[in-house]
Amino acid sequence: MAYSFPVEVLEHIFSFIDSDNDRNAVSLVCKSWYEIERWCRRKIFIGNCYAVTPRIMIRRFPELRSVSLKGKPHFADFNLVPEGWGGYVDPWVLAMGRAYPFLEELRLKRMVVSDEALEMVSKSFKNFKVLVLSSCEGFTTDGLASIAANCRNLRELDLRESDVEDLGGNWLSCFPESCTSLVSLNISCLGSDWSLQSLSALERLVGRSPNLRRLRLNRAVPLDKLANLLRRAPQLVELGTGTFSSELRPDVFSNLSGAFSGCKELKALSGFWDAVPSHLPAVYTICSGLTSLNLSDANIQSSDLVKLISECQNLQRLWVFDYIEDSGLEALAESCKNLQELRVFPSDPYAMEPNVTLTEQGLVAVSEGCPKLESVLYFCRQFTNNALFTIAKNRPNLTRFRLCIIEPRTPDYITLEPLDAGFGAIVQNCKELRRLSLSGLLTDRVFEHIGTHAKKLEMLSIAFAGDSDLGLYHVLSGCKSLRKLEIRDCPFGDKALLANAAKLETMRSLWMSSCLVSFEACKLLGQKMPRLNVEVIDERGPPDSRPESYPVEKLYIYRSVAGPRLDMPAFVWTMDEELALRLS
Amino acid sequence: MEEVHTGGGSSTGSMSTVSKDESCHNNLVVGETSSSDGESELELGLALSLGGGPVKSKASSNASWCHSGRILTAKDFPSMLPSSSSASSSSSASSSCLSRVNVSSSSSGTKRSADSVVSPNGSSQVVGWPPIRAYRMNSLNNQSKSPPRDGPNSQTEKTDGKSAVVEKVYGVNDKSSNNLKEKGHVKTSLFVKVNMDGVLIGRKVDLRAHSSYGTLAQTLEEMFQRPTSTVNSMRSCLEEYDMMAEVTGRSKLLDGSSEFVLTYEDKDGDWMLVGDVPWGYVFSHLENLRNFSWPCYLLSLYPLCVYSNLLSWHPSVQMFLSSVRRLRIMRTSEATGLAPSLQQRNGRPRSKPI
Repeated sequence: MAYSFPVEVLEHIFSFIDSDNDRNAVSLVCKSWYEIERWCRRKIFIGNCYAVTPRIMIRRFPELRSVSLKGKPHFADFNLVPEGWGGYVDPWVLAMGRAYPFLEELRLKRMVVSDEALEMVSKSFKNFKVLVLSSCEGFTTDGLASIAANCRNLRELDLRESDVEDLGGNWLSCFPESCTSLVSLNISCLGSDWSLQSLSALERLVGRSPNLRRLRLNRAVPLDKLANLLRRAPQLVELGTGTFSSELRPDVFSNLSGAFSGCKELKALSGFWDAVPSHLPAVYTICSGLTSLNLSDANIQSSDLVKLISECQNLQRLWVFDYIEDSGLEALAESCKNLQELRVFPSDPYAMEPNVTLTEQGLVAVSEGCPKLESVLYFCRQFTNNALFTIAKNRPNLTRFRLCIIEPRTPDYITLEPLDAGFGAIVQNCKELRRLSLSGLLTDRVFEHIGTHAKKLEMLSIAFAGDSDLGLYHVLSGCKSLRKLEIRDCPFGDKALLANAAKLETMRSLWMSSCLVSFEACKLLGQKMPRLNVEVIDERGPPDSRPESYPVEKLYIYRSVAGPRLDMPAFVWTMDEELALRLS
Repeated sequence: MEEVHTGGGSSTGSMSTVSKDESCHNNLVVGETSSSDGESELELGLALSLGGGPVKSKASSNASWCHSGRILTAKDFPSMLPSSSSASSSSSASSSCLSRVNVSSSSSGTKRSADSVVSPNGSSQVVGWPPIRAYRMNSLNNQSKSPPRDGPNSQTEKTDGKSAVVEKVYGVNDKSSNNLKEKGHVKTSLFVKVNMDGVLIGRKVDLRAHSSYGTLAQTLEEMFQRPTSTVNSMRSCLEEYDMMAEVTGRSKLLDGSSEFVLTYEDKDGDWMLVGDVPWGYVFSHLENLRNFSWPCYLLSLYPLCVYSNLLSWHPSVQMFLSSVRRLRIMRTSEATGLAPSLQQRNGRPRSKPI
């Protein structure tokens, strides 16, 4: 290696390489590149906090500035993971506090964060800039107060969809007057009960943050305060309103309208709680610049929705309730030719009868009219194979397709057949499909299609589908790029799992709940695959108190170099050699 | 569903063959040579994972792996599948697909998961289905069903002086609860945590999925007495295995003595008996108010069906909903010291089991 570049040159070159995959490839070239790369890596993403330990991370990458961690499995969003399962960030914060004094960014998703951890973050990292807590829980407004008070250079505080306990107090006023660095503030998950002091603290904070670009308010911020906030921050690019209803007074309306027209850079709007249709025209002046519109908290009906949406010709992302109905989606397909992402949520998911006319027709219309559509999340009550054929034919560029037919095992409502062929067409035509969620009546055939065609599929969600192990087998053996597989209420058992054990090490994780995997198979898997953590979650008590052939309640398997974790609650058992010895 | 499993179980032989072919395919994909021997192909599939990249496995486990390591399949465990007893009515692999399809479509109407909760409107609610995130559910909860109207009757006006009194006393100044009172019709959800004394695992329950304390308590009873697996419906041959008895402490409830009471923690952190809200606040404008004949707020968990018809969503319940933080099923012995029981206040007897 006599001719090799000096380390500084290589480091400089590596500094242009951002993506994790590329960095990983660089580190595998040779030992010296591995060494150089690990000293200059600044950013790390850990998709499963139990796949690795803080010590291992610190040992390999001593100079990180940005750490992203994910904790609980995705199905925790739907209450399938019992409380206390895990995902605690405290040990990470403790270790990083000692090892990374220059840490600037911490992004956590589905983790349990304590106030103590937040306090430690605020005091350990002098240059801390970005805190994103996505769907996290376990902390209160006291923890937020420490962050506000101690992080002198805070740029981003984003609490999206976290579960924060509001202890009252006025944590926003803990931001010192000297703090003017805020760029992004998302407090939309906080409560709807705020004192006047909190509101004025918010106003002052916004007023002294000239770099504020993203502001998502919570429901407590009344509509008549919004205009004031907007006038203090006309440079906003993203805005989430507070509550969007008030008594209809002409001065409120014109004040608001004027304030919105001052925000010439607004690209994204959300919030709109309790939105009153007559107030919506206040935002019309900025609609033509909008690329993202999130109305999924607003009870606005189809005709008003259509009026608003037809003003937003440049819309790329729309999140909306099924109040939009098929007619509204047809109008959307007409006016928003740049649409890339559509999410339609159910306004009344538990009603027996549909409360709105939202069917497969709406999605078909959008697939026809919006050539750039690539990401779909659609809740509805009926679908047909033909509709899926049409969507697949129209939109081969789909990358994310999540269809949720609300009643499990609903067949094609015209032919009464399973929806195998329809989803088969989706995976066959949409060659770049990375994420797929299935619903409706499905047999093993659909999994055969998926295994054969979905070669770029990375995440697959299955519920109430399939007939036998063959279904799971097709998926595990066919989907080359599969990283995350989550399954609930399917008749998948031991055979497919055991026959494809090796596959599991190439994936991040597998979740199976209410399936037919026996305790015996779990033990076997855990014993034979030392680099997999096979966790059995069973709230009925220890699995060895039942026959071994008895299916386990929930199973979570993930690859890990950290070995079995040590923070498991009483209802989680890791299957490993030790356990097998103890139980035999 | 049993028939479905029969299909799976009986075609074990063909399944394994398929699996081996497939794993051969996998090996090819990643550049490993495949063996013509059926058995070792399976081993290869596994060895691949051990051999690729830096491996920290112990030497001993490696050795045993290469010699005898073989992932056992269902062939080695003929009795593994619960419904294998009915394997006699097997179908061949080729026709099994068809039979499965037929079985699926014909029985789709009857496939209901065991952990479904029957909501008051009659639909079956399965845990975590449809897959809507909790924060969105709670957000749905705070919307009124019918869209807000413009004009002088906007929802911020308080139409009743009494509601203002209640709001002052209970600190409920949330506009959404005004919506609730005036529209009177709430369909969306509010998830709160529930813990039961003596049970390790807490649960979450959707308060708004119920129209009365009775169904809520019934749900909680089901939740803490039954396992959550939907597979129960498919495991008919295991009925003799008494799941109920296995879960600690339940037999006492089933005997008929009510050992537990339902309590909740309110916004101020105080623990209150569910339903134990003082008399006096009756809101005549609440649309769904029905007269209840038995002011039985103090519930014991068993039996509950008695009360579901008697209780209704009294307006005090709206206050309960807006102030409840979490629930706890407390042992009666520990529940002394909470707000005075109904018996002492009204001199009427406590609720008695049937």
